[in-house]
Amino acid sequence: MVGYFKQSFLVSLWFVFLTFPLMVVKVNTLKNVVEWRWMNMVYVAVGAFVLSFVWRWALERRQRKTKEAEFSDDVLAKPTVGQRLLEDPKVFKPVLIVIALATLGFPWLVDIYQVNIMVLALIFVVLGLGLNISVGLAGLLDLGYVAFFAVGAYTYGIMNSFWGFGFWISLPVGGLMGCLFGVVLGFPILRLRGDYLAIVTLGFGSIAKIVIENWEELFNGAKGIAGIPRPGLFGLEMNIEAATTYTYYLMILMVLFTIFVTNRLKDSRIGRAWMALREDEIACVAMGVDMARTKLSAYALGAFWAGLVGVIFAARNTYINPNSFTFMESALVLSIVVLGGMGSIVGVIIAALVLILMPEYLRAFSEYRMLMFGAVMVLMMIFRPEGLISNVRKKYGGRKSPTEAAHG
Amino acid sequence: MDYFLELFSSGMVRGSIYALIALGYTMVYGIIQLINFAHGEIYMIGAFVALIVSGVLTIYGFSGVSILILAAVIAMIYAAAYGYTLEKIAYRPLRNAPRLSPLISAIGMSLFLQNYVLLAQTPDFLRFPELIPEFEFMEPIAHVMGSAELIILVTSAITMIGLTLLIKFTRVGKAMRATQQDMTMARLVGVNVDQVISMTFIIGSVLAAIGGVLVASYIGQINFYIGFMAGVKAFTAAVLGGIGNIPGAALGGIVLGLAESFAAGYVSSAYEDVFAFGVLVFILILRPSGLLGKAVKQKV
Repeated sequence: MVGYFKQSFLVSLWFVFLTFPLMVVKVNTLKNVVEWRWMNMVYVAVGAFVLSFVWRWALERRQRKTKEAEFSDDVLAKPTVGQRLLEDPKVFKPVLIVIALATLGFPWLVDIYQVNIMVLALIFVVLGLGLNISVGLAGLLDLGYVAFFAVGAYTYGIMNSFWGFGFWISLPVGGLMGCLFGVVLGFPILRLRGDYLAIVTLGFGSIAKIVIENWEELFNGAKGIAGIPRPGLFGLEMNIEAATTYTYYLMILMVLFTIFVTNRLKDSRIGRAWMALREDEIACVAMGVDMARTKLSAYALGAFWAGLVGVIFAARNTYINPNSFTFMESALVLSIVVLGGMGSIVGVIIAALVLILMPEYLRAFSEYRMLMFGAVMVLMMIFRPEGLISNVRKKYGGRKSPTEAAHG
Repeated sequence: MDYFLELFSSGMVRGSIYALIALGYTMVYGIIQLINFAHGEIYMIGAFVALIVSGVLTIYGFSGVSILILAAVIAMIYAAAYGYTLEKIAYRPLRNAPRLSPLISAIGMSLFLQNYVLLAQTPDFLRFPELIPEFEFMEPIAHVMGSAELIILVTSAITMIGLTLLIKFTRVGKAMRATQQDMTMARLVGVNVDQVISMTFIIGSVLAAIGGVLVASYIGQINFYIGFMAGVKAFTAAVLGGIGNIPGAALGGIVLGLAESFAAGYVSSAYEDVFAFGVLVFILILRPSGLLGKAVKQKV
């Protein structure tokens, strides 16, 4: 125990040293003043001391778990408490009904501002589910996902401002454009290994933003496109409140549609192929899976959803400019997928709602949100790579899993 | 002709900075096959520490080139400390994890460090004190190459030669090469692999800090976001030269720097970054092993 204290004390000292110039000293080179913030040093010392205990405990716990997993082969198949609850119809059905009622009644219970934020959160739910196809299911890490989102948004913006097309025509066109860009960009980079792919997609994302910023004639540059109409309903005149509520229900339908499609995809032939590819590329190809087609379809389908909600995003904001499509947005969507558990649909939905809504309601938190996202990504990878709610693989035949056995 | 020479010298300057940062990427990738996404952040932290040290000393009445050297040394120490801690926290627990896990962890660490500096310091650009002296003997060619540029070129050349010597002739260098070739075998013959990996991170971070200090005092202002772009470009340079290959990183950096400088000078400066990414994409598609790298056959 004394050893632990000594170790944590040293860790604390180390972090005090590490953070000293950045946290304690603040120098203003224009006014020539130095500010010494000694209190920060105390916070760092105490924080590091406490956190080192938590860190050590968590690492030991992780080690114990992997050891257990080595000794019994059943551990992987054993669902956690959360999964068991979700699968139990007695819990599952009422929860679903409550959620459905809450979702339907939401716009009537709160004011228009909240509804508008909720629409944004739902947009990120769909983005998360879309990226989940390529990252979670197929294991293709895409760091430029926001580019396809931008493609969708600008498709609507351009179609509207140049030719006056409405929302409902632009919606499928936006999705298809996203898909098209997915195929065009995806095709040359299929051969690349995982980490190279990530960097190239990062490059595509940045290129998209720079091109939008500099191509004045088509994209109106950094000024962006303004005056984009909200979604229409058979030419009905709507005030802002009605239009927002309408967009909200539209997004709910959109989310349901996405859930339906991704859920069906997951257990389809192609979904199986994606997961197999994610687990082991060489083995998968050796089993006769067409690698190019499988990867491309994952990439294009992911892009399709981004294009689709891009159109809705443009319609929600009525204004788009390149600043909505930076690397930060890509990182945000990625952290949604990582936090939710790669491949898990429920997890992604919860993660999107938490990550988008939390900074909106906790203003103090919003300043620290990117810091938190970074930390969350690291911690999740180390301690819970399967996400908050992990995915249970469907199994056929053989032994029954404990939950199945319990219900006969 | 003068315009050409000017572009050439600015390209060389850029290139040598890219090369310094790229060396860190390439060394880490060579040993643990990880794209250390947070490496650009180490470069940024190096620049910040140098700015803080030199800023404080300037305000307390010191001046001259000795401050710059002191600031650079402290920046190197801090960058090394950050690099070491980064590896220990974010990558070591993931040594045996699937490939994407450490990469995502690295992206997370990059976001974390960026925002840490943003919150602890300032989101605005900070002015870096002018500490590089003007040499008189540079007067006749000052229109194509200034003193600052000369210092950057010389410093990076010395650093790279030093690194080559370190890797070729010292015990640490030998252990690094052994680990790069075969980690398991190196461990069997008694190389402390964990220590070697830490050492690699430390050396890479020191090089990045040198780059950071040079750029900051050359351009004259920094903010928390400079590491991102520099990191991506340096990674491009590393891939261009053949990742895992140390002379390749230096060559790749210079080629990329020159190409970018000429593209900006003769075509359009707005699309400068697009150009760098374009190079990266083409290299990866057409020759993934880079200019000097050897194609690696994947074994099953």
